Amino acid sequence: MAVKTDAIGKTYPAVSYAVGREKVREYAWAVGETNPLYVDLEAARAAGYADVVAPPMFAVVYAGRAVTPALFDPEVGINFANMLHAGQEFEWGPVVVAGDEISTTTTVRDISERGGMGFYELVTESRNERDEPVCTGIWRQIVRGA
Amino acid sequence: MIVSTLASGDTIELKVTPDPYVTVRYAGASGYFNPIHIDEEFAQRVGLPGRILHGLWTMAQVARAHTDAAGGPESLKRLSVQFRGMGRMGEEIVVSGTVREVANGIAVVDSQAEQAGSRLIRNGVAEIATG
Repeated sequence: MAVKTDAIGKTYPAVSYAVGREKVREYAWAVGETNPLYVDLEAARAAGYADVVAPPMFAVVYAGRAVTPALFDPEVGINFANMLHAGQEFEWGPVVVAGDEISTTTTVRDISERGGMGFYELVTESRNERDEPVCTGIWRQIVRGA
Repeated sequence: MIVSTLASGDTIELKVTPDPYVTVRYAGASGYFNPIHIDEEFAQRVGLPGRILHGLWTMAQVARAHTDAAGGPESLKRLSVQFRGMGRMGEEIVVSGTVREVANGIAVVDSQAEQAGSRLIRNGVAEIATG
Protein backbone atom coordinates (compact mmCIF):
# COMPACT_ATOMS: atom_id res chain seq x y z
CA MET A 1 0.00 0.00 0.00
CA ALA A 2 1.44 3.35 -1.03
CA VAL A 3 1.19 6.44 1.11
CA LYS A 4 -1.01 9.28 -0.11
CA THR A 5 0.95 12.42 -0.85
CA ASP A 6 -1.87 14.74 -1.98
CA ALA A 7 -1.86 16.56 1.36
CA ILE A 8 1.73 17.84 1.00
CA GLY A 9 1.58 21.61 1.34
CA LYS A 10 -1.81 21.61 2.99
CA THR A 11 -2.23 24.22 5.73
CA TYR A 12 -4.83 24.16 8.50
CA PRO A 13 -6.68 27.09 10.07
CA ALA A 14 -4.80 28.80 12.92
CA VAL A 15 -5.46 27.49 16.42
CA SER A 16 -5.20 30.03 19.22
CA TYR A 17 -4.12 29.33 22.76
CA ALA A 18 -4.30 31.64 25.80
CA VAL A 19 -1.33 30.96 28.08
CA GLY A 20 -2.50 30.78 31.71
CA ARG A 21 -0.30 31.34 34.77
CA GLU A 22 -1.51 28.21 36.57
CA LYS A 23 -1.15 26.14 33.39
CA VAL A 24 2.49 27.18 33.13
CA ARG A 25 3.03 26.25 36.80
CA GLU A 26 1.25 22.92 36.30
CA TYR A 27 3.39 22.16 33.25
CA ALA A 28 6.61 23.17 35.03
CA TRP A 29 5.73 20.87 37.95
CA ALA A 30 4.96 17.95 35.63
CA VAL A 31 8.37 18.11 33.95
CA GLY A 32 10.36 18.83 37.10
CA GLU A 33 11.26 22.43 36.30
CA THR A 34 12.19 24.42 39.42
CA ASN A 35 13.52 27.66 37.89
CA PRO A 36 11.62 30.42 39.76
CA LEU A 37 10.97 32.22 36.45
CA TYR A 38 8.42 29.49 35.63
CA VAL A 39 6.56 29.40 38.94
CA ASP A 40 7.23 32.52 41.00
CA LEU A 41 5.45 35.65 39.76
CA GLU A 42 7.63 38.01 41.78
CA ALA A 43 10.83 36.40 40.53
CA ALA A 44 9.60 36.61 36.94
CA ARG A 45 8.65 40.28 37.31
CA ALA A 46 11.94 41.08 39.04
CA ALA A 47 13.69 39.60 35.99
CA GLY A 48 11.73 41.90 33.68
CA TYR A 49 8.95 39.59 32.49
CA ALA A 50 5.28 40.54 32.59
CA ASP A 51 4.33 37.20 34.17
CA VAL A 52 5.69 33.71 34.77
CA VAL A 53 7.73 32.39 31.83
CA ALA A 54 6.67 29.23 29.99
CA PRO A 55 9.49 26.65 29.79
CA PRO A 56 10.58 26.29 26.13
CA MET A 57 9.02 22.83 25.86
CA PHE A 58 5.63 24.32 26.80
CA ALA A 59 5.47 24.66 23.01
CA VAL A 60 3.97 21.16 22.99
CA VAL A 61 0.94 22.61 24.78
CA TYR A 62 0.17 25.60 22.55
CA ALA A 63 1.41 24.10 19.28
CA GLY A 64 0.49 20.48 19.93
CA ARG A 65 -3.22 21.06 19.70
CA ALA A 66 -2.74 22.68 16.31
CA VAL A 67 -1.10 19.48 15.04
CA THR A 68 -4.06 17.26 15.91
CA PRO A 69 -6.31 18.26 12.97
CA ALA A 70 -3.56 17.29 10.53
CA LEU A 71 -2.88 13.99 12.28
CA PHE A 72 -6.59 13.10 12.05
CA ASP A 73 -7.11 14.42 8.51
CA PRO A 74 -8.24 11.54 6.24
CA GLU A 75 -6.47 13.28 3.38
CA VAL A 76 -3.19 12.83 5.28
CA GLY A 77 -4.27 9.28 6.04
CA ILE A 78 -2.20 8.39 9.09
CA ASN A 79 -2.92 4.96 10.56
CA PHE A 80 -2.79 5.73 14.27
CA ALA A 81 -2.41 2.17 15.47
CA ASN A 82 0.97 2.01 13.75
CA MET A 83 2.17 5.57 14.34
CA LEU A 84 5.39 6.41 16.18
CA HIS A 85 6.56 9.87 17.15
CA ALA A 86 10.00 9.54 15.58
CA GLY A 87 11.46 12.97 15.99
CA GLN A 88 10.82 16.49 17.15
CA GLU A 89 12.46 19.82 16.58
CA PHE A 90 11.69 23.24 17.99
CA GLU A 91 13.22 26.60 17.20
CA TRP A 92 12.35 29.38 19.62
CA GLY A 93 12.04 33.12 19.32
CA PRO A 94 11.02 35.49 22.14
CA VAL A 95 9.96 33.63 25.30
CA VAL A 96 6.28 33.02 26.00
CA VAL A 97 4.83 34.31 29.26
CA ALA A 98 1.47 33.83 30.96
CA GLY A 99 -1.05 36.18 29.41
CA ASP A 100 0.26 35.68 25.87
CA GLU A 101 -2.15 34.65 23.11
CA ILE A 102 -0.41 32.21 20.80
CA SER A 103 -1.68 31.50 17.31
CA THR A 104 -0.38 28.37 15.57
CA THR A 105 -0.76 27.23 11.98
CA THR A 106 0.14 23.72 10.85
CA THR A 107 1.40 22.72 7.42
CA VAL A 108 2.04 19.26 5.99
CA ARG A 109 5.61 19.68 4.80
CA ASP A 110 6.33 16.19 3.53
CA ILE A 111 4.93 12.69 3.17
CA SER A 112 7.11 9.92 1.81
CA GLU A 113 7.60 6.18 1.92
CA ARG A 114 10.74 4.13 2.46
CA GLY A 115 11.07 0.47 3.28
CA GLY A 116 7.37 -0.04 3.78
CA MET A 117 7.14 2.82 6.27
CA GLY A 118 5.39 6.14 5.85
CA PHE A 119 7.20 9.30 6.92
CA TYR A 120 5.11 12.35 7.81
CA GLU A 121 6.59 15.74 8.53
CA LEU A 122 4.35 18.49 9.91
CA VAL A 123 5.46 22.05 10.63
CA THR A 124 3.88 24.41 13.16
CA GLU A 125 4.45 28.16 13.18
CA SER A 126 3.44 29.85 16.42
CA ARG A 127 3.17 33.62 16.88
CA ASN A 128 2.27 35.72 19.90
CA GLU A 129 -0.23 38.60 20.02
CA ARG A 130 2.49 40.98 18.77
CA ASP A 131 2.94 38.73 15.70
CA GLU A 132 6.42 37.72 16.84
CA PRO A 133 7.46 34.18 15.87
CA VAL A 134 7.79 32.42 19.24
CA CYS A 135 8.25 28.86 18.01
CA THR A 136 8.60 26.75 14.89
CA GLY A 137 8.01 23.06 15.43
CA ILE A 138 8.84 20.14 13.14
CA TRP A 139 6.87 17.00 14.05
CA ARG A 140 8.12 13.75 12.51
CA GLN A 141 5.86 10.70 12.58
CA ILE A 142 6.58 7.24 11.23
CA VAL A 143 3.79 4.82 10.32
CA ARG A 144 4.81 1.17 10.08
CA GLY A 145 3.29 -0.90 7.33
CA ALA A 146 2.21 2.11 5.28
CA MET B 1 19.00 36.79 31.32
CA ILE B 2 22.14 34.98 32.39
CA VAL B 3 24.55 34.66 29.53
CA SER B 4 25.85 31.18 28.95
CA THR B 5 29.58 30.64 29.31
CA LEU B 6 29.61 27.26 27.58
CA ALA B 7 32.83 26.48 25.70
CA SER B 8 33.71 23.83 23.17
CA GLY B 9 34.17 20.43 24.86
CA ASP B 10 32.14 21.36 27.97
CA THR B 11 29.69 18.71 29.12
CA ILE B 12 26.25 18.95 30.64
CA GLU B 13 24.39 16.29 32.59
CA LEU B 14 21.02 15.85 34.25
CA LYS B 15 19.78 12.78 36.15
CA VAL B 16 16.13 12.19 36.90
CA THR B 17 14.17 9.16 38.10
CA PRO B 18 10.56 9.35 36.91
CA ASP B 19 8.11 8.43 39.67
CA PRO B 20 5.11 6.14 39.00
CA TYR B 21 2.66 9.01 38.44
CA VAL B 22 4.74 11.31 36.28
CA THR B 23 2.91 10.28 33.10
CA VAL B 24 -0.44 11.10 34.72
CA ARG B 25 0.76 14.57 35.72
CA TYR B 26 2.31 15.12 32.29
CA ALA B 27 -0.83 13.96 30.47
CA GLY B 28 -2.89 16.49 32.42
CA ALA B 29 -0.36 19.29 32.03
CA SER B 30 0.30 18.73 28.34
CA GLY B 31 -3.02 17.40 27.06
CA TYR B 32 -1.48 14.17 25.70
CA PHE B 33 -3.81 11.43 26.95
CA ASN B 34 -2.73 8.45 24.81
CA PRO B 35 -3.64 5.51 27.11
CA ILE B 36 -0.29 3.78 26.53
CA HIS B 37 1.08 6.39 28.97
CA ILE B 38 -1.57 6.27 31.68
CA ASP B 39 -3.42 2.93 31.54
CA GLU B 40 -1.38 -0.12 32.60
CA GLU B 41 -3.87 -2.69 31.25
CA PHE B 42 -4.27 -0.92 27.92
CA ALA B 43 -0.50 -0.67 27.50
CA GLN B 44 -0.06 -4.39 28.14
CA ARG B 45 -2.94 -5.25 25.83
CA VAL B 46 -1.17 -3.53 22.92
CA GLY B 47 2.03 -5.43 23.63
CA LEU B 48 3.99 -2.98 25.76
CA PRO B 49 5.64 -4.04 29.02
CA GLY B 50 3.42 -1.49 30.78
CA ARG B 51 2.79 2.25 30.78
CA ILE B 52 5.62 4.11 29.06
CA LEU B 53 6.88 7.67 29.36
CA HIS B 54 5.81 10.35 26.91
CA GLY B 55 8.69 10.99 24.51
CA LEU B 56 7.99 14.71 24.82
CA TRP B 57 8.39 14.47 28.61
CA THR B 58 11.82 12.94 28.09
CA MET B 59 12.61 15.67 25.54
CA ALA B 60 11.61 18.20 28.22
CA GLN B 61 14.32 16.69 30.46
CA VAL B 62 16.84 17.18 27.65
CA ALA B 63 15.67 20.79 27.28
CA ARG B 64 15.91 21.31 31.05
CA ALA B 65 19.49 20.00 31.07
CA HIS B 66 20.37 22.71 28.56
CA THR B 67 18.50 25.61 30.13
CA ASP B 68 19.87 24.71 33.59
CA ALA B 69 23.40 24.66 32.20
CA ALA B 70 22.94 27.82 30.17
CA GLY B 71 21.22 29.92 32.82
CA GLY B 72 17.60 30.08 31.74
CA PRO B 73 14.89 29.71 29.12
CA GLU B 74 16.04 32.62 26.91
CA SER B 75 19.25 30.80 26.05
CA LEU B 76 17.72 27.77 24.31
CA LYS B 77 17.17 28.68 20.67
CA ARG B 78 16.75 25.27 19.05
CA LEU B 79 16.44 21.63 20.06
CA SER B 80 16.11 18.67 17.72
CA VAL B 81 15.84 15.04 18.86
CA GLN B 82 15.05 11.54 17.67
CA PHE B 83 12.94 9.28 19.90
CA ARG B 84 14.00 5.67 20.43
CA GLY B 85 13.00 2.90 22.80
CA MET B 86 10.44 3.05 25.58
CA GLY B 87 10.99 5.07 28.73
CA ARG B 88 9.84 3.45 31.96
CA MET B 89 9.01 4.83 35.38
CA GLY B 90 11.21 4.03 38.37
CA GLU B 91 14.54 3.85 36.54
CA GLU B 92 17.02 6.67 36.37
CA ILE B 93 17.37 8.61 33.14
CA VAL B 94 20.69 10.27 32.38
CA VAL B 95 20.74 13.19 29.97
CA SER B 96 24.21 13.99 28.75
CA GLY B 97 25.53 16.49 26.27
CA THR B 98 28.79 17.85 24.91
CA VAL B 99 29.41 21.25 23.37
CA ARG B 100 30.52 20.54 19.81
CA GLU B 101 31.46 24.11 18.90
CA VAL B 102 30.85 27.72 19.75
CA ALA B 103 30.56 30.15 16.86
CA ASN B 104 28.82 33.46 16.23
CA GLY B 105 27.39 33.55 19.75
CA ILE B 106 25.80 30.10 19.47
CA ALA B 107 26.95 26.96 21.27
CA VAL B 108 25.98 23.75 19.48
CA VAL B 109 25.44 20.88 21.91
CA ASP B 110 25.10 17.18 21.01
CA SER B 111 23.01 15.24 23.50
CA GLN B 112 21.19 12.02 24.32
CA ALA B 113 19.02 10.54 27.08
CA GLU B 114 19.71 7.03 28.32
CA GLN B 115 17.87 4.71 30.71
CA ALA B 116 19.20 1.34 31.84
CA GLY B 117 21.56 1.14 28.89
CA SER B 118 18.98 1.97 26.26
CA ARG B 119 18.85 5.31 24.53
CA LEU B 120 15.46 7.03 24.73
CA ILE B 121 16.67 10.06 22.84
CA ARG B 122 19.49 10.14 20.37
CA ASN B 123 21.00 12.62 17.95
CA GLY B 124 19.94 15.51 20.16
CA VAL B 125 21.24 18.81 18.81
CA ALA B 126 20.71 22.07 20.64
CA GLU B 127 21.67 25.66 19.93
CA ILE B 128 22.31 27.84 22.93
CA ALA B 129 22.90 31.58 22.81
CA THR B 130 26.16 32.44 24.50
CA GLY B 131 25.78 36.19 24.16
